[in-house]
Amino acid sequence: MTVALSGKDIASKLEERFPGSVVESSQACVLIKPDSLLEVAAFLKDTPELNFDYFNYVTAVDYFQYFEIIYQLTSLEHNHSLVFKARCYDRENPAVPSVVELWQGADFQEREIYDLMGIRFEGHPNLKRIFLWEGFQGYPLRKDFL
Amino acid sequence: MAIETREMALKTEPFVLNFGPVHPSTHGVYRMRTTLDGEVVLDIEPVFGYLHRGIEKLAEQRTFTGFIPLTDRLDYISSMSNNLAYCLAVEKLAGIAVPERAEYIRVIIAEMQRIANHLIAVGSFLNDCGAYFTPFLYMFRERERIVDLFEMVSGQRLLYNYMRIGGVSQDLPDEFLPALRKLLDLMPSYIGEYERLLKDNEILQARARGVGILTQETAVNCGISGPVLRSTGYRWDWRRADPYSIYDRFDFDIPVGVQGDCYDRFRVRIEEMTQSLRIIEQAIKDLPSGPVQADVPHLIRPPVGEAYAHIEAPKGELGFYLVSDDSVAPYRCHVRPTSLINLTALREMVRGWKVADLIIIFGSIDITLGEVDR
Repeated sequence: MTVALSGKDIASKLEERFPGSVVESSQACVLIKPDSLLEVAAFLKDTPELNFDYFNYVTAVDYFQYFEIIYQLTSLEHNHSLVFKARCYDRENPAVPSVVELWQGADFQEREIYDLMGIRFEGHPNLKRIFLWEGFQGYPLRKDFL
Repeated sequence: MAIETREMALKTEPFVLNFGPVHPSTHGVYRMRTTLDGEVVLDIEPVFGYLHRGIEKLAEQRTFTGFIPLTDRLDYISSMSNNLAYCLAVEKLAGIAVPERAEYIRVIIAEMQRIANHLIAVGSFLNDCGAYFTPFLYMFRERERIVDLFEMVSGQRLLYNYMRIGGVSQDLPDEFLPALRKLLDLMPSYIGEYERLLKDNEILQARARGVGILTQETAVNCGISGPVLRSTGYRWDWRRADPYSIYDRFDFDIPVGVQGDCYDRFRVRIEEMTQSLRIIEQAIKDLPSGPVQADVPHLIRPPVGEAYAHIEAPKGELGFYLVSDDSVAPYRCHVRPTSLINLTALREMVRGWKVADLIIIFGSIDITLGEVDR
């Protein structure tokens, strides 16, 4: 059975290593500041006892006040998983760092979020619309798109 | 007169060939912009979106139950698995327990679906290899029997809409188990037939052995799952690693490949069919009686929250991420698309191979465009 690691435990580890990187944490997940997302992700991937080598998925939800980006990781070696999130409060030009250089599996998924939710992933090697055509107006998965 | 040799030298340059979206070897409306040097593939750029229907957005305007028929339209080759993954996610979100008999029926149906999917995957792969339609029709002969059984339980032959939140839509009819028994008795000899015809086939070996090698490291880093991951030798199956439904009760092996080439992907799928038969045998033996549907209201309103449930679908990890805001419709519904993510490594797999190899490497990944584009 894949063990879901406690967000609180991970948060205390992260606070120790990168002070100020965690916004809040619960049993189910850790909420991370977008600025420190990339170094936190690299830490989660490269620390031997965590070893999150497999990237399950990334998706985004529009909560009007902010966009929430949800990442789920699994370590195939230890068979444990973790959910971490980041929030973007800027509605005009939301952006978070891209994790493609760590997990190539994020490539198409980040492009999909950019296409349908309008969140830019900074550092993505090929950030273009994936399903809709260039020039399409608006981002369909946003709640204000009708 | 001196001959101007320099003038006569052939000038070559890479050229771009547009592959698809309407091409029999792309298994749907997939398009690749391939850059070729003669017949050698230098690079490909996948182009998606020809079958994009906005299914995730449509979910937000439907009730939780009303979305089940749309999940059929994701990976339409294995609709039952999509139904199952979605229902598991809603059940996790709303905390609904499923009756024992329904769990067994789900496992039987899901494993039959795996066999049906792999039959098509292997058949169309052989088609791409040049064994034009003969093996494909052999495989369709068996798939037809499975589809007949699905028609018995659901009334449909492609988009079944059979699973429900908290169970399945109806109990197995009386004729189902005897017909399934007949299939289970025949299936091993059919699989033996494929092995005799194909396993040691010289042409298949020449076309597929050592072609399109995917390393373990790349596969894991690209988030690849299912038979494609297992073909690299990585023994990882969500049924074993994170058992959902009642998979922890069954005894089965996880077949793996040796070096992650096209031939391994083909072998893993054939061996998985045998393992699925084993699971079905065990499930029929223990099939309890009782209700097949939990007591759930017609309009399900899960409490505020979020849930992610995933299954080992025939093609890999298929998951649904749902957010509820205490209304009758999901606030957000995200599908983790196996087919899309499994294509991530295609570019690395095909570089340096010939156009004819590109087609079989692509075919060996086994994708459905309904799930890629959604």
